Amino acid sequence: MTQKGVGARLPRKEDKRFLRGQGEFVANIRLAGMLDVAFVRSPMAHARIKGIKKLPGVFSAEDLKGVQPIRANSSLKGFKSSEQPVLASGKVRQVGELVAMCVAATRAEAEDLADQVELDLEELPAVVDMIEARTKPPAFVHDEWGDNIFLESLVDDDLSALEKNSFVKIRRTIRTARQHMSPMEGRGVVCEWNKRLGQLVMHTAAQMPHINRAGLAECLGIDQGAIRVIAPDVGGGFGYKGILLPEEVCLAWLCRHLGRPTRWIEDRREQLSANANCREHHYDISMYADAKGRLLGIDCEATVDSGAYSSYPFSACLEAAQVSSILPGPYKMERYRCRTWSVATNKAPILPYRGVARTGVCFALELMVDAVARELKMEPHEVRLANLVQPGEMPYNNITKKHFDSGDYPEAVRRAAKLIGVEEIRSLQRQNKDSTRRIGLGFAIFCEQAAHGTSVYHGWGIPMVPGHEQCAARLTPDGVLELRIGAHSHGQGMETTMAQVANTVLGVDPDNVRLIHGDTGVTPYSTGTWGSRSMVMSGGAVATACDVIAGRVKAIAAKLLEVSAQDLILENNSVKIPGTDRGLSLSEVAHVWYRKPQLLPADIDPAGLEATAGYKAKVDTGTFSYACHATKVAVDTETGAVEILDYVVVEDGGVLVNPMIVDGQVYGGTAQGVGTALYEEMPFDAQGQPLATTLADYLLPSATEVPSIRVDHMETPSPYTRFGQKGIGEGGAIAPPAAIANAVNDALAPLGVEITESPLTPRRIVEALMKARK
Amino acid sequence: MKACAFDYARPKDVSEALKLLGEGGKAAAGTQSLGPMLNLRVIQPPLLVDLRFIPELKDVSGKSEYTMLGACVTHAQIEDGRVPDPTGGFMREVASNIAYRAVRNRGTIGGSLVHADPAADWPSALTLLGATALIAGPGGRREVGLERFITGLFEVDLKENELLVAVRIPKRSKAARFGYWKFCRKAGEFPQAIGGALTDPERKESRTVVGALGGAPRLFLDLNPDVSSLGKDAYDKQLHAVALKRAVEKLK
Repeated sequence: MTQKGVGARLPRKEDKRFLRGQGEFVANIRLAGMLDVAFVRSPMAHARIKGIKKLPGVFSAEDLKGVQPIRANSSLKGFKSSEQPVLASGKVRQVGELVAMCVAATRAEAEDLADQVELDLEELPAVVDMIEARTKPPAFVHDEWGDNIFLESLVDDDLSALEKNSFVKIRRTIRTARQHMSPMEGRGVVCEWNKRLGQLVMHTAAQMPHINRAGLAECLGIDQGAIRVIAPDVGGGFGYKGILLPEEVCLAWLCRHLGRPTRWIEDRREQLSANANCREHHYDISMYADAKGRLLGIDCEATVDSGAYSSYPFSACLEAAQVSSILPGPYKMERYRCRTWSVATNKAPILPYRGVARTGVCFALELMVDAVARELKMEPHEVRLANLVQPGEMPYNNITKKHFDSGDYPEAVRRAAKLIGVEEIRSLQRQNKDSTRRIGLGFAIFCEQAAHGTSVYHGWGIPMVPGHEQCAARLTPDGVLELRIGAHSHGQGMETTMAQVANTVLGVDPDNVRLIHGDTGVTPYSTGTWGSRSMVMSGGAVATACDVIAGRVKAIAAKLLEVSAQDLILENNSVKIPGTDRGLSLSEVAHVWYRKPQLLPADIDPAGLEATAGYKAKVDTGTFSYACHATKVAVDTETGAVEILDYVVVEDGGVLVNPMIVDGQVYGGTAQGVGTALYEEMPFDAQGQPLATTLADYLLPSATEVPSIRVDHMETPSPYTRFGQKGIGEGGAIAPPAAIANAVNDALAPLGVEITESPLTPRRIVEALMKARK
Repeated sequence: MKACAFDYARPKDVSEALKLLGEGGKAAAGTQSLGPMLNLRVIQPPLLVDLRFIPELKDVSGKSEYTMLGACVTHAQIEDGRVPDPTGGFMREVASNIAYRAVRNRGTIGGSLVHADPAADWPSALTLLGATALIAGPGGRREVGLERFITGLFEVDLKENELLVAVRIPKRSKAARFGYWKFCRKAGEFPQAIGGALTDPERKESRTVVGALGGAPRLFLDLNPDVSSLGKDAYDKQLHAVALKRAVEKLK
């Protein structure tokens, strides 16, 4: 490890602008002559459009000639295709669906126009509850389907023997609320049609700009070269900004149609009521174990409320298909059966949120493990220790053929148990057993597949399959290293971490590295930043490109210093002969290459100080970071309030490129997980109206609700990645709902209460207590 | 969401403000509730009458029996002790737990009362304290006790051409004790239940209040009222009963 390379707690380069309020986001961009757009959105969840009465400056589906709907199909057998029109035609299928686009000089005036549009809608029965949608549908979201099922899947097995003979048989219904992603910055688009280049230039708050470009090209019917997507600074994404929005397609069409730049900046109400929905799962799950707490098998029927449309590019089946493949978690078992349904409802499409299906899966699985522990009167962490994959078994292929690359899962549990203080908490509980303020202890452990590539994704047949990742590196004439990558940072600090990688390989000072990303016009293709993949994939590509540059720098320096290239090393911005004071700075080498080529011999490699190189992990099934979360809570049995008294995270992200940034990822993810556990919920009424359309109703945890989080890092290098790094971006958000719910249930178990639905609101807790008393 | 276009006026005194209100203007002060309502287009007034530059509405005065706070005194001024607190710290405590500091910097005591959101703090706290609303109108001035001023959910005894000028809060003896407890889903959110209690042994006075109900706060003249019917369902009833119990416990 160098002082500034891989492993260093280097302060983030981008903080200089972010902490001074000098970041540049989409909403900061002003183009000359720019017009503002407001949308008329459907006030109903399900209705037939009988007429739209509109004024000049308002556009509806009939105006967008030649624009194709968004299609995000999967090739999985039985997948039913949904077409998401960019402006509704025929039917509206969710509240907030785009019906008409209104353009004016300012957003306020565009909203004035929108207020005057008259919609003639014939309301249809709304499909609101996913179980009802599947079993006795009140209507079909997509009439031609004949049911409401995007996709059904089955991992089959015979558990009848376990059902008969197991010592422990637990069956529960577990539900996670529909939730909402809430990046600080919403979505937004500023775009114009460049006549000289014959090119759409779109600035958009995106984490996967190349994928946006591909989707836009498909909808607009133009080639990808006629589109340049630029993502400027992005204020959080969490998955929401990986999605192609109908708004983007509309604005793209409009700017070309009008010959004027156009802008749409999403407001929080649009985001809450129409767009960034996620997480709604339902599990009917049985777990079988022996008398010692050893898991024998799981049998599960899982339903995911996928909403009205299949979103681009991840499709409507990502979430449920993930459920069946990851439900066994980090545990060993002999039998496993899981049936899943991705169900269409008249709600916003469900989108992949940090952790994707893992948060719901971890909630279901870890609540079941605690139920087993209570049944056997065992400590919850002991049940986990009895079932985890052991370090000596790594790499390990689990029951769903997930290839766990490395790690010591039991050690994470042991450390978490020690840090949280199991014995102290048990003794505190004994002292306070009659109090209205009850103490509880909860654990949750998960492993998280990250940076998984071609071999995992090709089988899904969705619009995007990650392959090799590239970096284009260039040493400028003054010795600055430019790195161009197709992934994009939406808060990950990649300008810093990629520079650290370059420092390790090339010796270049991170201050002399410029990361250029978020612009399809100047970066190599990439599926972008998602799935905790950037540090593994783009980090790998940066290292590979720097290897090439390193070779070329050494070759030039070897000629100038009249030594062999093998005798040179790269460090401190220089290329040196070790053990001597002879060497050249990188800027001197670059200066000769570009400005004094007369000094170079005739046989020098003409390729120069610029190279594009690619990377794919040796085994591309992904890295498996993992973490054990443990928490101590107090539950007020009179009000149902939950206070988090202590929170511990023991995690293993392999070799941490920048441990400080990883800490930040863990804190931020855990804060979101606290929201999932206790606060965040998007309820709907029977007509499919979303009931939390402002932040007064949709509660996000803020500074006072997020505990001080104690993080303990383990570092088991991944055998498959360049530096042993593992993807770690999502983990923080996965375990908190399970850990906190387990702690609440631990506190309330003596009162006969077990809650299996998130979030654990005061109302749910008090009502469960009331029910138990009856 | 952006507000509809509206005109803006900045009257210099109460009589000018009353004239503008009589012409259909909407009174605006801290705009902490009004602002979101404008942006959501829940209200679309043709004219906003900005009351913040009327000196009388920021006046503060005190006598031995009471303190008067102008309607445009902010929560932050009360929190910081920049205006007299007739309750020896109770009002400061209530003020300091209203929403967030950014809201308290702008939000006003008068605005909170006139808006009469059942979950706001001043309607309950000032009803507990037996405060009086001082009102100016085209026909002159009048006074109404708060328990009659707040008539329901977002409803007060104030005509569209009238203005709340100040609040008069009675002082109590040194032996008086106050308690206030509210239940919020998270810090700074509107509470789901409010309980308030006051006892002044020298004056043989006991008062309690239950707030954040579907309408006006409910005032009781003893420390142990039957509140079992308050609230919309079993959970809500329990929360309100607990809030009151915990407010009374604070008197000890």
